[in-house]
Amino acid sequence: MSGDPIITVTGLRNSFGEHVVHEDLDIDVRQGEILGVVGGSGSGKSVLLRSIIGLQRPDKGEIRIFGEQVDHTSAEQELDLRRRWGVLFQNGALFSTLTVAENVQVPLREFYKNIDEQLLSEIATFKIVMSGLPADTAPKYPSELSGGMRKRAALARALALDPTLLFLDEPTAGLDPIGAAAFDELILELRSTLDLTVFLITHDLDTLHAICDRVAVIADKKVIAIAPIAELLELDHPWIQEYFNGPRGRAAAIEKAA
Amino acid sequence: MSFEADFTEQDDAGEHILRFTGRLTVARLGNVPRRLEELSSPPGKADVSAVDRVDTVGAWLLHKLNRDHGATIIGASDDAQRLIKQVSIADDPAKTRPDADGPIARMLRGIGRGTLEAGSSLLGLLAFFGGLLIATGQVIANPRRFRLHALVERFESVGVSALGIIGLMSFLIGIVIAQQGAVQLRQFGAEIFTINLIGRITLRELGVLMTAIMVAGRSGSAFAAQIGSMKLAEEVDAMRTIGIPPMEALVLPRVLATTLLMPLLGFYASFIMIVGGGLLCWVGLDIPPTTYIQRLREVVPLTDLWVGLIKAPVFGFIIGLTGCFQGMQVQGNNEQVGLKTTAAVVQAIFLVIVLDAFFAVFFSSIGWG
Ligand SMILES: Nc1ncnc2c1ncn2[C@@H]1O[C@H](COP(=O)(O)OP(=O)(O)O)[C@@H](O)[C@H]1O
Ligand SMILES: [Mg+2]
Repeated sequence: MSGDPIITVTGLRNSFGEHVVHEDLDIDVRQGEILGVVGGSGSGKSVLLRSIIGLQRPDKGEIRIFGEQVDHTSAEQELDLRRRWGVLFQNGALFSTLTVAENVQVPLREFYKNIDEQLLSEIATFKIVMSGLPADTAPKYPSELSGGMRKRAALARALALDPTLLFLDEPTAGLDPIGAAAFDELILELRSTLDLTVFLITHDLDTLHAICDRVAVIADKKVIAIAPIAELLELDHPWIQEYFNGPRGRAAAIEKAA
Repeated sequence: MSFEADFTEQDDAGEHILRFTGRLTVARLGNVPRRLEELSSPPGKADVSAVDRVDTVGAWLLHKLNRDHGATIIGASDDAQRLIKQVSIADDPAKTRPDADGPIARMLRGIGRGTLEAGSSLLGLLAFFGGLLIATGQVIANPRRFRLHALVERFESVGVSALGIIGLMSFLIGIVIAQQGAVQLRQFGAEIFTINLIGRITLRELGVLMTAIMVAGRSGSAFAAQIGSMKLAEEVDAMRTIGIPPMEALVLPRVLATTLLMPLLGFYASFIMIVGGGLLCWVGLDIPPTTYIQRLREVVPLTDLWVGLIKAPVFGFIIGLTGCFQGMQVQGNNEQVGLKTTAAVVQAIFLVIVLDAFFAVFFSSIGWG
């Protein structure tokens, strides 16, 4: 199921002033896989995501998506890239003055100007329901939703253009376990039907075990390992052992085996 | 080959069949959705075996054919079938905006809401004033709770950093008053009265009033925006739960800063206006500075200075209070921060001018005219 790399990052360096976040970091994401990205808080997972999607200009390094080098694209190419990916930001980043449905319609309106209103509202509604929200959240404003509902609304917006590449930053943080499991299901389902490739930052060990084909571990400013989770467990790195074989890690693994 | 979605209609053994080609994806739909709305007769079957790719939007269109006309979808790949199934599960029509009123109802509702808001804003401001008094009382009873550091920080941003712009503004206004006054008074050969005009109007009115407007624009708006964004980020709630009363930590230092600084800034502004006026008198009217100062001392009563200095702290208080009050009213979304910031400035300037009118009547009735 996993094929050629569609994202390759080589020799990435990011820093804020004196503070170096990434140094000589390499990572690749293969066609059709769900890649989990883990690392301690503040290890630079969100910054990595932001550099891949072009929101953070790296000091050094090369980033290729769909074979194109991101910072060497023309404006037109960049637009074309942007419509092929969807991003779910860590805090949702919904537009607070628009309703949930209007939020979902924003990318559609931006890229496809000739879709009529009726179809737009139908699309918004089924995307919202597909993302696991009741249809009556469509006319609500983000400030009227709970944190978990906002995450789902943001997912609906990320999926608005039927992207082939989906970036998720801690999508299940703040969801109840049932909701989180449903979210995992949804991602799996979408992956198989829409042929998605997913770049998934998460701390949720259940999610890692349940849906990730490979897991990349960020520590010491680098990706120290990238492999299927079973292989990671074999590795002898203290942080990895602590992470996956700590009390929570074992519980998740047992659950998965059961 | 073309990827654009397209379809043809065929009648086959009494059955109306739609044959789709191309890609049924949102990027390639073109006019297919509209044509599907305007079908000549309801289709019995939709054949998608020649379709290259289907996404959720394409699946939705197929699902609607099935839902609205009972058409069976034939020739769909496994993926397409799964997608159609998924969107059909998600089919739950809903509004995309909250219900809107008709025009008349909306107008009536607007008037009603406006009236209520104006009333409740005024009442709210009073209640906020009361809350501030209570907080002040508590701080006086327990002086260690007083946040000197926060106050000094505000002195810097409200006072020291405003000196440049207020000085420039005042200097120019001084020149303008002197120039305009001289032009009018020259017609009566009474140019020397320009000095009366400058001295009295700056100390009594313009110095403090213009400063109030500048402080409302600079600091009142900043207060509303700062406190408003803190409210949105739930920082104000976090303060409350930690046991820090926002009145004490956020509002009191700010209101105190504007209240204490307005007399100083007002005096400074009046002084610079007089300097500006004096300069024009010297250059334009050939009145030497010594004469200018001497005449000022003769014609400007000390009460004029008091009038300005008594009004200034009241104006400062109003500016600080409305700024903080509007900031605390922010809730919901970011647009509110902008709206409340505007409201803070408008309300502060309005109240300052209304109060100024009251002061004018009051001072002239006690003989300080
Ligand atoms: N805009 C910024 N300015 C300065 N430092 C930043 C900025 N964004 C992130 N950082 C720093 O970069 C590091 C990585 O942050 P981030 O990628 O958000 O961590 P996480 O792995 O928890 O997502 C942190 O130490 C953070 O302080
Ligand atoms: Mg993060």
